[in-house]
Amino acid sequence: MKTLEIKNIHAKIGNKEILKGLDLDLEPGKIHAIMGPNGAGKSTLSKTIVGHYDVEVTEGDILYKGKSILDMEPEERALEGIFLSFQHPVEIPGVNNAYFLRTALNAKRRHEGKEELNAAEFLREMKKHLEMLGMKADMISRSLNEGFSGGEKKRNEILQMLILQPEVIILDEIDSGLDIDALRAVSEGINMMKDGKRSFLVITHYSRILDYIKPDYIHVLKEGRIIKTAGPELVAHLEEHGYDSIVEEA
Amino acid sequence: MAQEEINKAVSGEYTLGFEIDIETEVVPPGLNEGTIRFISQKKEEPEWMLDLRLKALKKWQKMTEPHWGHLEYEPIDYQSISYFAAPKKGPESLDEVDPKILEAYKKLGIPLEEQKQLAGIAVDAVVDSVSVKTTYSEELQKHGVIFCSISDAIRDYPELIKKYMYSVVPMTDNFFATLNSAVFTDGTFVYIPKGVRCPMELSTYFRINALNTGQFERTLIVADEGSYVSYNEGCSAPTRDENQLHAAVVELIAMKDAEIKYSTIQNWYPGDENGKGGIYNFVTKRGICEGENAKISWTQVETGSAITWKYPSCILKGDNSVGEFYSVAVTTLAQQADTGTKMIHLGKNTSSTIISKGISAMKGQNTYRGLVKIGANATGARNYSECDSLLIGDQCGAHTFPYLESKETQGQVEHEATTSKISDDQLFYLRQRGINEEDAVSMIVHGFCKEVFSQLPMEYAVEAKALLELTLEGSVG
Ligand SMILES: Nc1ncnc2c1ncn2[C@@H]1O[C@H](COP(=O)(O)OP(=O)(O)OP(=O)(O)O)[C@@H](O)[C@H]1O
Ligand SMILES: [Mg+2]
Repeated sequence: MKTLEIKNIHAKIGNKEILKGLDLDLEPGKIHAIMGPNGAGKSTLSKTIVGHYDVEVTEGDILYKGKSILDMEPEERALEGIFLSFQHPVEIPGVNNAYFLRTALNAKRRHEGKEELNAAEFLREMKKHLEMLGMKADMISRSLNEGFSGGEKKRNEILQMLILQPEVIILDEIDSGLDIDALRAVSEGINMMKDGKRSFLVITHYSRILDYIKPDYIHVLKEGRIIKTAGPELVAHLEEHGYDSIVEEA
Repeated sequence: MAQEEINKAVSGEYTLGFEIDIETEVVPPGLNEGTIRFISQKKEEPEWMLDLRLKALKKWQKMTEPHWGHLEYEPIDYQSISYFAAPKKGPESLDEVDPKILEAYKKLGIPLEEQKQLAGIAVDAVVDSVSVKTTYSEELQKHGVIFCSISDAIRDYPELIKKYMYSVVPMTDNFFATLNSAVFTDGTFVYIPKGVRCPMELSTYFRINALNTGQFERTLIVADEGSYVSYNEGCSAPTRDENQLHAAVVELIAMKDAEIKYSTIQNWYPGDENGKGGIYNFVTKRGICEGENAKISWTQVETGSAITWKYPSCILKGDNSVGEFYSVAVTTLAQQADTGTKMIHLGKNTSSTIISKGISAMKGQNTYRGLVKIGANATGARNYSECDSLLIGDQCGAHTFPYLESKETQGQVEHEATTSKISDDQLFYLRQRGINEEDAVSMIVHGFCKEVFSQLPMEYAVEAKALLELTLEGSVG
């Protein structure tokens, strides 16, 4: 069974239709990369999947493990295992990062009928991730994303992914603004999550990250639709010839 | 989300709105000399106290209600209020508290029975116009600490009362304080002798119960040289359509090297979302750091009342004395709060800190009003003020009025103010991580209030957090 089935989705932001009959299936264990010009609707697609308040779905359906999620609240979708790493993570002053992470993890554990982790257990769990991501220990005692650099915010998104262990992982430009070391660390984090079951949707403008995480499919999103799906060899073609060279497949 | 739904969510629920079903003796509404004589007689007061009350009444009759606050409310009819209400004593024994009152206090989380009393906290329990029970009084006496109702103190410690009452808040300080001077009913008196560190937290719990009555308590705390006391007050009232008046006066006196920590968790009934009902809370609180190195710190968490008008202040008279004000004020429904502090620097090297956090939701209006005054001799005075406002939704308001009066150019005064909104983006971010809307809001709000909550004694910090959660239950930006 597909992990996620996006069927003929039409979605508006305000009065403007952004997604215009988009179809896309995510397969278990696979990494799907999405590329496409600015303003094509890539972020809108990720927002649609997680139930963002900006987006209104006018037609079509999204199935997760065979069930429609369009009527589910954003937090329910999250608890069921859908995770979005935001293109622009928001800052929340005063909310301690570690406290936030533990609250989120325990919400998930409660949802799964597991026991909540206490602070000590949680910190132990977190420490190994921090080291792997090359994050300074003080990042988790600071306010959530407040004053974080662009790269630090992205690492913090990956940290959340590692802690929450979601099943559908959407990464919206996780590679933008990362230095070489950060890109390697973030890619390593993503690769660690590959387990043959999880599905990844990686939105990017650059081939660099794809060299590290080896996508199974490349989808081209243009003007609100997926106009082409191919293997990783498509990246080189796109880099050379641009998006205008792609003609929508029948 | 529809606005209506949001409003329903933010309105929280007032869970302390029950009535205690007891027989109450209430004096008929109205305020005149006869009322004062009646109260004084009920309290078996000495003649000198009655004379002071009558003097205050005369002054008050010539005063007019102040309206400079950023507050809107129907005029108060002082003749329609009853100025004295007291639970009738149980039939068995004069000393015994009515079981229904015990039950009610238990419901409020404050068991008064001998065996069940809170460990480490002595409580003075006030219902309407009288103190019904003071716990641990004898225990405290062993340390020389006086902890009793103000009515008892007037009879038992007249010298202390004569010396200190009206010494910080003069009898006719302002309209509401003058009214209180004339009609005050009960409240708490605390005296900590020289060099004594009060061995437990002291606390008064005020409960308005009777209909159409006002509550006018008076609290006086004297910390003698080198002593320390932490005092807490809490309050609540039944849910009613009528507005009820609460006009209290609190005076604090800290001698050389003494410290008073005064915390308030104010949870009077706030009225409904249309502004119907609720307590009018007009309170004068002031402390003086009389001697060198004295310290007074006010911490308040204000979640209740329809109207709050309150400026706990510090007069920093002793050299090197310290004043602090930490405040969280929440206005939701149609609540209005005009609150802040005054820091009056008179002594040398005095310092003050003001941290004010205002939270507004629904139609709530929140005003911070603060004065920092640096006198001619206050060389080396320092003040740091921080006033932050958090808005939830777009019908509410936050206003900040910081005033500075300085005769002294060496004084160092710093002021910071911010206004922020719980943004939809912040909420969505948290929800995308599986945290539900309510928890997301309370997480952001707690983050905002952290500096103030950390000032509260442990037991009360927990209570304050829970109260805040309840007040803003499910609030959505
Ligand atoms: N809140 C909004 N209000 C109005 N228009 C919006 C809003 N959000 C997105 N849009 C518009 O929707 C279109 C698609 O935006 P989207 O963010 O999905 O593009 P994208 O493919 O992610 O682009 P990029 O590569 O630049 O991130 C753009 O034209 C954008 O201006
Ligand atoms: Mg985008």
